[in-house]
Amino acid sequence: MNPNLPNSFRSGPDERGHFGIFGGRFVAETLMPLILDLEKAYADAKADPAFQAEMNVYLKDYVGRPSPLYFAERLTEHLGGAKIYLKREELNHTGSHKVNNVLGQIMVARRMGKKRIIAETGAGQHGVATATLCARFGLECVVYMGAVDVERQQPNVIRMEMLGAKVVPVQSGARTLKDAMNDALRDWVTNVHNTFYCIGTVAGPHPYPMMVRDFQSIIGHETRKQMQEAEGRLPDSLIACIGGGSNAMGLFHPFLDDPSVEIFGVEAAGHGLTQLHAASLAGGRPGVLHGNRTYLLMDADGQIEEAHSISAGLDYPGIGPEHSWLHETGRVKYLSATDEEALAAFQLLSRLEGIIPALESAHAIAKLSELAPQRPKDHLMVVNLSGRGDKDVPQVGDILKARKK
Amino acid sequence: MTTRIDARFAELKQQGRSAFVTFVMAGDPDPKTSLDILKALPKAGADVIEIGMPFTDPMADGPSIQAAGLRALKGGMTLRKTLAMVRDFRKEDNATPIVLMGYYNPIYIYGVDSFLADAKTAGVDGLIIVDLPPEEDTELCIPAMKAGLNFIRLATPTTDDKRLPAVLANTSGFVYYVSITGITGAAAADSTAVAEAVARIKRHTKLPVCVGFGIRTPETARAIAENANGAVVGTAIVDVVRANLDAEGRATPMTVAAVADLVSALAQGVRGAKQAAE
Repeated sequence: MNPNLPNSFRSGPDERGHFGIFGGRFVAETLMPLILDLEKAYADAKADPAFQAEMNVYLKDYVGRPSPLYFAERLTEHLGGAKIYLKREELNHTGSHKVNNVLGQIMVARRMGKKRIIAETGAGQHGVATATLCARFGLECVVYMGAVDVERQQPNVIRMEMLGAKVVPVQSGARTLKDAMNDALRDWVTNVHNTFYCIGTVAGPHPYPMMVRDFQSIIGHETRKQMQEAEGRLPDSLIACIGGGSNAMGLFHPFLDDPSVEIFGVEAAGHGLTQLHAASLAGGRPGVLHGNRTYLLMDADGQIEEAHSISAGLDYPGIGPEHSWLHETGRVKYLSATDEEALAAFQLLSRLEGIIPALESAHAIAKLSELAPQRPKDHLMVVNLSGRGDKDVPQVGDILKARKK
Repeated sequence: MTTRIDARFAELKQQGRSAFVTFVMAGDPDPKTSLDILKALPKAGADVIEIGMPFTDPMADGPSIQAAGLRALKGGMTLRKTLAMVRDFRKEDNATPIVLMGYYNPIYIYGVDSFLADAKTAGVDGLIIVDLPPEEDTELCIPAMKAGLNFIRLATPTTDDKRLPAVLANTSGFVYYVSITGITGAAAADSTAVAEAVARIKRHTKLPVCVGFGIRTPETARAIAENANGAVVGTAIVDVVRANLDAEGRATPMTVAAVADLVSALAQGVRGAKQAAE
């Protein structure tokens, strides 16, 4: 047994925001006072029963929770191994798990008296969720989105604008998620007095990785309860896709101290791990970016490299710091799926279950298709279906049409 | 421990004037031109030189300095080459303080201990690392102090009186007051507000206070120099580099001279200030 393993995998981060060596608060001084305010505001909210009670009302009646835990019978038959359950986060209002976190952060922003909300977005799912809740609560909303992503995720851009948000196409760098986050941080430094930065994943400076994880943990808590009701016991394994890693952390965290539960995260391997990809654990090493220390894709000089994934939501050269720690401690096993594997899984789930998954979630389905056949029929496997694929229909349609020619 | 920074500010205090601090990006537009620019700065009137360490993701910088960093990286600049550039500069100038400014990741990847040793040997005097607040002092600030380098902290309009002591605790060399909440190259600083902020910081420290962000012209430089121990100009200099490149982004015979001309004009502004702040 590794003597460095903690007594619990659920006790982090420490008071300085560290998960082992990962995490921290690597931000400009201008932001630091606000980050300390946020830490305090979140701690107060967490301790306030009225906050949780209000959240619960919106989670139920506005988001539509709990999301079902659905037995995927035809997929199970097709793969011929483990019994597969889908956690249906794609049925949430706005179409993904992102809304769980945004609701929480917007409620904290309101407690702090902030009237202007900014966000970064890759696939646009976090941007749509943020635009939605800003509309609901009458807040100004500005979403930074890489210009490349604006092109490939048009349906979400239109949705955000319909909801009254301003979408700013980011032209710097590779013009994807990393650059959107840079520009969101620049906006925040400039407008720090009235602006709340609603980060979409379990990354960024402390307390964001912890706070976002807490808001997303409802996924895992519900899964525990629902599996108990369906099968009378815990699941045997969990699978989720990972860009920054918020849907995965939300599902995993409540199970980290259950040693019988195997846990798998799936990174985006793009064209393959020896070519352009977005798998920071498989192909990166620890570094410091966007407020935290975590695994990053970079060159020998510490310059950040551009990621590639077919899925805009996974197209990021980093990963949440808690995942880096769970990787190093070995509690979670991290795999990766290529663009091709994700495309195949996208079609498989659509045809077998009548559910079109987001390209992000299709990465988890891809690895599920490898793992499930190797396991016995009484093995209970849960995959987080983090988002629905409506936004990807034009992009995938074009790819498939081009191949038929 | 007395560094070239301490010596330079002591000297300027005797002369009764404020420092003119210039920022240039290492390797912009190419390593050789960048070294020539660096060598021209003291002659043109720079009292302290900040050298930007290029980084792909400079989250506190505006478009001009972002682009300068990317030009440098495209030209093959690395942290190792930045240190080599300082070494070359030091062969001819052993008095002008050199401060490296940038982001933590390239240093972290280089290795903190070897970076500090190599920087000290190269003739670096201080560091300004934008994404290392006092909360992360154990990363680089404390080791830098032990290695004999000044760690210069940024204070900002959001750094209130309650927080100032923490920000100043491990600061040495000088304090860099960021005159606006924003990124480099943004709105101009208001000299009255700056004067108040400098006075506020000086109630907490005996260190010189230099002011940067938003200073572009000799007139603004003069107004700031009358209210602080130094005025920092970066974006305006970087913009002149860019304006004097050819269509392919390469240096021209004008590049170095154009930078020197601007720096001279700005230095005149600073030297024309009525009275440096005490």
